[in-house]
Amino acid sequence: MPETLAYSAAVRSALELLLEHDDRVFLAGEDIGVYGGAFGVTDGLIDRYGPERIRDTPISEDAIAGMAVGAAITGLRPIVEMQFSDFVVNAMDPIVNQAAKLHFMYGGKVEVPMVVRAPGGGGTGAAAQHSQSLEAWFAHVPGLKVVMPATVQDACDLLLSAVADPNPVMLLEHKLLYKTEGPFVRPKAPTDVTEPLGSARTTRAGTDATIVGYSIMAVRALEAAEQLAERGIDAEVIDLRSVRPIDHNTVRASVRKTGRLLVTHEAPTAGGVGAEVVTGVVESDALDYLLAPVQRVCGLEVPMPYARDLERAVIPQVEDVVDAVEQLVKA
Amino acid sequence: MGRNARRDPRSLPARVLTNMWRIRRFEEALEELFSRGMLHGTMHLSIGQEATAEGACGALTDGDFITSTHRGHGHAIAHGGDPMLMMAELLMKDTGYCRGRGGSMHIADVAAGNLGANGIVAGSMTIAAGAALTQSVTDSGRVVLCFFGDGAANEGSFHEAVNLSAIWKLPVVWLCENNLYGMSMAQELSTAGGSVANRAGGYGIEGLAVDGNDVVAVHDAVKGAADKARSGNGPTIVECITYRYRGHSKSDRNLYRTQDEIDRWRDQHDPLARFEQRALDSKLLTEGDISACRAQAAADITEAVRQALLQPDATADDLLESAYA
Ligand SMILES: Cc1ncc(C[n+]2csc(CCOP(=O)(O)OP(=O)(O)O)c2C)c(N)n1
Ligand SMILES: [Mg+2]
Repeated sequence: MPETLAYSAAVRSALELLLEHDDRVFLAGEDIGVYGGAFGVTDGLIDRYGPERIRDTPISEDAIAGMAVGAAITGLRPIVEMQFSDFVVNAMDPIVNQAAKLHFMYGGKVEVPMVVRAPGGGGTGAAAQHSQSLEAWFAHVPGLKVVMPATVQDACDLLLSAVADPNPVMLLEHKLLYKTEGPFVRPKAPTDVTEPLGSARTTRAGTDATIVGYSIMAVRALEAAEQLAERGIDAEVIDLRSVRPIDHNTVRASVRKTGRLLVTHEAPTAGGVGAEVVTGVVESDALDYLLAPVQRVCGLEVPMPYARDLERAVIPQVEDVVDAVEQLVKA
Repeated sequence: MGRNARRDPRSLPARVLTNMWRIRRFEEALEELFSRGMLHGTMHLSIGQEATAEGACGALTDGDFITSTHRGHGHAIAHGGDPMLMMAELLMKDTGYCRGRGGSMHIADVAAGNLGANGIVAGSMTIAAGAALTQSVTDSGRVVLCFFGDGAANEGSFHEAVNLSAIWKLPVVWLCENNLYGMSMAQELSTAGGSVANRAGGYGIEGLAVDGNDVVAVHDAVKGAADKARSGNGPTIVECITYRYRGHSKSDRNLYRTQDEIDRWRDQHDPLARFEQRALDSKLLTEGDISACRAQAAADITEAVRQALLQPDATADDLLESAYA
């Protein structure tokens, strides 16, 4: 029987399993010790595992990520937390120029098994420098993997898979998901989970249109599909889960069935992951199955505003997805 | 005395005291509005740190610039910001400083010389260096005062900004508000060498540590640093030792420090109480003057809130035209 757990507790349970089973694993980040992390994810861990393995760092993102690269190539398994994904920008050199490239540059002689966890997304009133969805930046970099779990189970399982992966993985968690609850089957050991990174999941089967989302938009897409069902529209929902690599085959198979495609993410439209998903379809025979132009429902092309109504206007909502799918099916 | 205080016709101590109380009352008003659900997001309050903001901005001259931090309400008020426009911003009004787009962490009043609060720790330090470069190449005679926290001193951009300012002799005052913690991390644990001011030596510039809860001491130190910068002799690090009474932000459970410590700072080192006592002892102000200052500050903030609430709400109508100039 699955238990019911909060998303943040599921992340913590993965961290606990890893700390229990693998001496090489350690955590580092700002205020992850007694404070428990800005979003409470590491709450209590320092009491059980001590300050050597739950390392509070100064406010030094560049050093946090660079240190993780150095520790990873010499045999440790660092899991570092960026307090907000926005601050990852201060650590772009170690992530983009170093972590992503060392394995390739050094002729395959080193591996960089590190994980960077970072809360992203808006809806908290934290405005332009604390609300971004920067996944497309990382999805553009060969050598990185970028994972964005939407469900409680995936919050745990994909983290376990990320740590097992010999490559640097960016794990972007949406802040509004931390408190969401869902069914959870607790793995007994990290090796119980064998989710490959880069596989999407069809979370609702349908025949009229395909909605592709990830992270919180996978959740909103599912809600939208339920509302659409009441209006007689049967939507298929795909949770991408990983935005690098992208599981194009699952999307293509769905489009061949439904003939209609809508992609949604909270990040702005231009240059976003949605464009890559759509291209994956139009570059394949699935193009021939399209009955209508594809649609994207994404964040507006502005930095995130503070005021509640403005913020809401920028972030795609369930009703935006519902409306767009209705239009798509009518077209 | 910040710009607000400079324009006030009363005696200097009365002006300084009133402005410090304005800062405190502003922060308290926000707490109250927050608890009533009238604000969005979180905020970082500077209660306990008023003397650093007021002392530092008070040592500047009209036309000088500041850059501010995530804990910037006090800086904005001390540098002459209008509490009504700040309150309107926090209340998501169209007439607020940033038209509801910025909120607590991004208050800016560029026309009045506040180049803006910043949500990125140390994010303003290299910007301050650039603003100081402008003053230097245009011979404006103005200086830039950059507020940053003890935590910010461990960001890479601290090093890059201070180094640049030193090699180019930029007219900047690096004002470290050392409130003993960067979020939960004690400054003594985060900061190798123990002192931000001491790092100045490595850059070949002067560094001073002062009692940040003594508004006169802060003023004098910054005045000296600003004069030096203005006359082309480059930057100084002024580290002000102070203390924040409230949590880092609204979600802080204060697990990393004791209530005892908070009480001790509040009861024995409060910057407002200390300045009041000093003004009484030296007969600069009477009990009556002090009550009048407090009343004035309270009335100003009450009025700011009242007027801010009457302002029109920010709307999303022209949001898409807002991202580019
Ligand atoms: C680059 C960056 N890293 C982390 C944060 C999160 N954060 C905001 S304020 C803060 C503490 C800053 O400490 P300090 O500089 O001492 O300023 P104080 O809050 O004490 O005023 C942290 C960790 C941030 N906003 N930006
Ligand atoms: Mg501090």
